[in-house]
Amino acid sequence: MQNQHGSSHDSHGASHSGGGHDGHERPQDDPRESLWYRCYIPEIIRGLKVTMKHILFRPRFTVKYPEEKYNCPGFEGSAPGYHGEHRLKKDEQGRIKCVACLMCQTVCPAKCIEIEGGEDEKGAKYPVKFEINMLRCIYCGFCEEACPKDAIELTTKYYQVSTSREEKIYGKERLLNN
Amino acid sequence: MKTQLKKADGLEPRPMVINLGPSHPSMHNTLRVIAELDGEIIRKADLEIGYLHCGFEKIAESKTYHQFIAFTDRMGYTSALCNNIGYVLAVEKLLGIDVPERCKWIRVILAELARLSDHVMSIGLMAMDIGAFTVMLYGFIERELIYDVFEASTGGRMTMSYPRIGGLVKDVPKDFGERVLKFADRVDPFCSEVEELLENNRIWNERTRGVGVIPREEAVNWGITGPLLRAFGVNYDIRKVNPYLTYDQIDFEVPLRPEGDVFARYKVKMAEMRQSARILRQAVEKMPKSGPINIDDHGIILPPKDGMKGSIESLIHHFKLIIDGIKIPAGESYFCTETPNGELGFYIVSDGGRHPVRMRVRPPTFYNLQPFPRMVEGGFISDSIAVMASLNIAAGELDR
Repeated sequence: MQNQHGSSHDSHGASHSGGGHDGHERPQDDPRESLWYRCYIPEIIRGLKVTMKHILFRPRFTVKYPEEKYNCPGFEGSAPGYHGEHRLKKDEQGRIKCVACLMCQTVCPAKCIEIEGGEDEKGAKYPVKFEINMLRCIYCGFCEEACPKDAIELTTKYYQVSTSREEKIYGKERLLNN
Repeated sequence: MKTQLKKADGLEPRPMVINLGPSHPSMHNTLRVIAELDGEIIRKADLEIGYLHCGFEKIAESKTYHQFIAFTDRMGYTSALCNNIGYVLAVEKLLGIDVPERCKWIRVILAELARLSDHVMSIGLMAMDIGAFTVMLYGFIERELIYDVFEASTGGRMTMSYPRIGGLVKDVPKDFGERVLKFADRVDPFCSEVEELLENNRIWNERTRGVGVIPREEAVNWGITGPLLRAFGVNYDIRKVNPYLTYDQIDFEVPLRPEGDVFARYKVKMAEMRQSARILRQAVEKMPKSGPINIDDHGIILPPKDGMKGSIESLIHHFKLIIDGIKIPAGESYFCTETPNGELGFYIVSDGGRHPVRMRVRPPTFYNLQPFPRMVEGGFISDSIAVMASLNIAAGELDR
């Protein structure tokens, strides 16, 4: 299939001299006719001026991670409310706040939370097993929003390194100490 | 093709078939172009998509309306908030509710910031594909600063899942307006800098001007939208044609270019960034400084947490809402918004249950990619890279 714009390549070769496609006029801001533009070097120098301005006068934007950590402007580290790793909270007496109501497990779009509920001797409910598969988690924060006891929250931790897949399944102990 | 191959047994030259992609940096995502070459000129191009097919539309049929918000992020990851907002607006239309004024303005600001971050990145990557690496690096600085605003207000940098059906997760911080204005002031110097780097550069001009042009009628017939269509001189912007949120109260222009080549697409995007900065300034000024952000209907949005701990009624609402989901009346609705790439529409069919019966997403990039073979056929291979870069494909949306 040969079409209109293809003809420009055939008739003008590699020069791409542009204009004239589909009857369009050459646009007003096309600088390609001017002598200044054709000299090529002056415009390259103008472009280099921008680059040199950045190199010499602008502060360095990159950080040498992981020795330096990036701070969100106005905060130390990530901003509060950042969606990082999860944490399970304890109440004043040091007991786990979670009552195994399974709200977070229900709302989780990625199905990464697994809870097994149990009762202690006083009849209070608590999670026997509370696992989050961090490889599946999409850090949307729905669990934090759904929890009626404020037992789960997202911390600002984002530095996540593991050497095996098993390590990425966080159990109750890991989440309580996060 | 077959007849040509037979001739190849003799001395007739035959076209060479090569793959551009599926895994190649200039293909932006996993996307395959089967190109038939005659020397360096593409005679025939065929597209193969589907390498990133995740079945988002099907997943929607087994998730509640609330849960699907998190999936819309992954669809258009370069402008996640635009997709979030488009989706919640579609569900709100089906519900027939209207969110409070302050919520609308916050959504407008966040959508414009997402548009800026998408344009900054698309121009940067376009320049990088064509050979100007610097623009990409400077663009990423601006994008990082937009992400800082997002981080401080929504908690996410790339995928936020911030809006909710009937409101927002939480109110924005007090210094939100200042942060947005601080960024808006950076847009103009950045655009001037990029223009200085590119527009009189001979390589940039030769590789973008007059490349990838198709007739205007054809562009409309293919269904392409967004800055790409406006580069063909068609004045179609959903923010103007069918104003949603508070776009009707904002004074902004729709930049147009008549040529339809890669250069025009770049120019339209640059002009749009300046307009976005203008919208941001107006929106911060007009946004109510206080007031509710969520609607007052706890059958739709979760009640505030402090109230929930005190009253059993709120607690029941909370549990009902999470287990049963929102009660959406049976019916169907289509709602489209203007995302950085064009018209993003959600067509939702509900039977009154907790999941949609069918969800159809009209992704802008799918329609924008369709005329790609027409744009590159007859041109050089190197032009196809420039055209592909100018289309700004997001495969999450494209393959869904």
